[in-house]
Amino acid sequence: MALTAPTGQVFVPGDAAAVSVGADEVAAAFEAAGSHVVRNGSRGMLWLEPLVEVETGAGRVGYPQVTPDDVAAVLAGGATGIGVVDEHPWLTSQRRVSFARVGVVDPASVADYEAHGGWAGLRRALSLSPAAVVQEVIDSGLRGRGGAGFPAGIKWQTVLDAASDLKFVACNFDEGDSGTFADRMVVEGDPFTLIEGMTITAHAVGASEGYVYVRSEYPHAVAALRRAIDAAYTHGFLGQDVLGSGLTFDLHVRVGAGAYICGEESSMLESLEGRRGEVRAKPPIPAIKGLWGRPTAVNNVLTLCAVPMILSNTADGGPGWQRYAELGTGRSRGTQVFQLAGNVKQGGIVELPFGVSLRELVEGYGGGTLSGRPVRAAQVGGPLGAYVPAAGFDVPMDYEALAESGAMLGHGGIVVFDETVDMARMARFAMEFCSIESCGKCTPCRVGSTRGVETIDRIIAGQDVAANLVLLDDLCETMTKGSLCAMGGLTPMPVQSAIKHFPEDFEPQETESSGAPV
Amino acid sequence: MTTASTTDRVALVRAISAQHLADRGPLMPVLHEVMEELGHIARQDIETIADVLNLSVAEVHGVVSFYHDFRTVAPPTHSVALCRAEACQSVGAEALYDDTRARADSLGAGVEVTEVFCLGNCALGPSGTLDGRLHGRLSAERLDALTEGWR
Repeated sequence: MALTAPTGQVFVPGDAAAVSVGADEVAAAFEAAGSHVVRNGSRGMLWLEPLVEVETGAGRVGYPQVTPDDVAAVLAGGATGIGVVDEHPWLTSQRRVSFARVGVVDPASVADYEAHGGWAGLRRALSLSPAAVVQEVIDSGLRGRGGAGFPAGIKWQTVLDAASDLKFVACNFDEGDSGTFADRMVVEGDPFTLIEGMTITAHAVGASEGYVYVRSEYPHAVAALRRAIDAAYTHGFLGQDVLGSGLTFDLHVRVGAGAYICGEESSMLESLEGRRGEVRAKPPIPAIKGLWGRPTAVNNVLTLCAVPMILSNTADGGPGWQRYAELGTGRSRGTQVFQLAGNVKQGGIVELPFGVSLRELVEGYGGGTLSGRPVRAAQVGGPLGAYVPAAGFDVPMDYEALAESGAMLGHGGIVVFDETVDMARMARFAMEFCSIESCGKCTPCRVGSTRGVETIDRIIAGQDVAANLVLLDDLCETMTKGSLCAMGGLTPMPVQSAIKHFPEDFEPQETESSGAPV
Repeated sequence: MTTASTTDRVALVRAISAQHLADRGPLMPVLHEVMEELGHIARQDIETIADVLNLSVAEVHGVVSFYHDFRTVAPPTHSVALCRAEACQSVGAEALYDDTRARADSLGAGVEVTEVFCLGNCALGPSGTLDGRLHGRLSAERLDALTEGWR
């Protein structure tokens, strides 16, 4: 038998992205052919999906863009593959920490999770005092990965120090930014990591109940999470007296209902409490008065998924928090999970220590545009992030360097645009999106966004362009200064970056169109 | 609608609401379940839920009207939800959305085409759902092929 002939399991990702291009049909075809199929997570090389992996004597060999018609050839070892997946340069050049197990393990298997280092962090954390656990998270330098970048350990310290009859852990899994899918993929591919992270958090801050607020647009993730939580309860990792430690922690899944604003933490808390997702004024901060008036540790999925590793010892017995702190640069410690999206040839997950340049991500990993036309811009940090022109791609990707250049890291999403993009239309969309998703509390956001659409429409139509640009700038200042949260407060960021870097798109247009509409 | 089925509906919604009474913040889970069982949330349902959960009708109506997912009219025969967010726009989603909305009837009778903002499938756009099922790399041709059974 050839060396690359299959010897065991066939992995067909169950990740939503893979399913969106036919993975379910491929899995069924392999099962019909008698294979034992495992629905793993995605390796995050999304342009290759459905990426089927076959166990062979040489390791797990990958076959890209498989269709049901390819099954026979793959099983006979005759199809063209990409070699052993673990040796692929896309993966070997990364530093996968949060994504270490995604695509590797069976997300439904507690045993597989444990065999790959799972539960070690929780076991060790339960042997430490809550204060000691908090200190290790502080020392790791872990910053919130939702977008705000607040030091997670400091937040936990506040919750731990707050006296209360009841405390909560809330996971913000309302990953609504266009260009982001890391939270979705890690929960679909390695859900126990999130559960372990939240349980460690509960021990650290003194919480007994946890809530994961997940978008309704993520049904595969909801299913994977519910299944994993059931398994965790069965094996004693959740519920009463976790692992015999005395900790009681109950974890609930709560599904959103299509509101982008519920990704803002206080809006999420309102929604969890059964109300309209209106943003709350701070103080009080959620760490002191969060869910139902109690101290609540609110963290993003990726932040919580870094916790088990931070609390585990390394292979040579050293502290995990130190290994984490040693990655990265300056005040941006640890790794960042970048997501390459949009008009990009090779989209997916790139996890690296902070400091890599945007150019290396877009052109190196991403391979440039999908269309083959020149890259014109990238929007970094989601719909409230700045548009960076191709000439500005040498900026290092960390919190401080990006902020200095007028951009924002956010949740690490990077949306690539080719030269057909019309930046005036993108600026208009930023205002339109704000008007649709505004919670309505603040007039500058609720009304300003609508006025912003109207003003940009006049500019696009060539009416009093100079005067309307002045008005738009003034409106942006009002929204920035007069909004309670980032929805209204940062909508001006993409708008003003578009005007600053692509002024030609806002000049009166010729009657012949100069490019395909976006 | 017959009186009997109205009574059944009220009873069902009462039962769903009562089942979640012990949960913290029961309203969102109740509304999701009503959506799943009945396809939309009628005015009567709002009154029933408010009664069981001891909320005002205004509060329940306020929540139903806030969230895009909660519909107050009966669902269509078939639904197409296309993403209009930035990553999908970068690969032509805007034109696809305009085109599909304009020719919704050509996909099938009573097909509803709506916009959605991000399905988390941003590297394989244009993305959308057909009767709730996620598809990537959509185009007019792919939409026609995937909806063949609707005509």
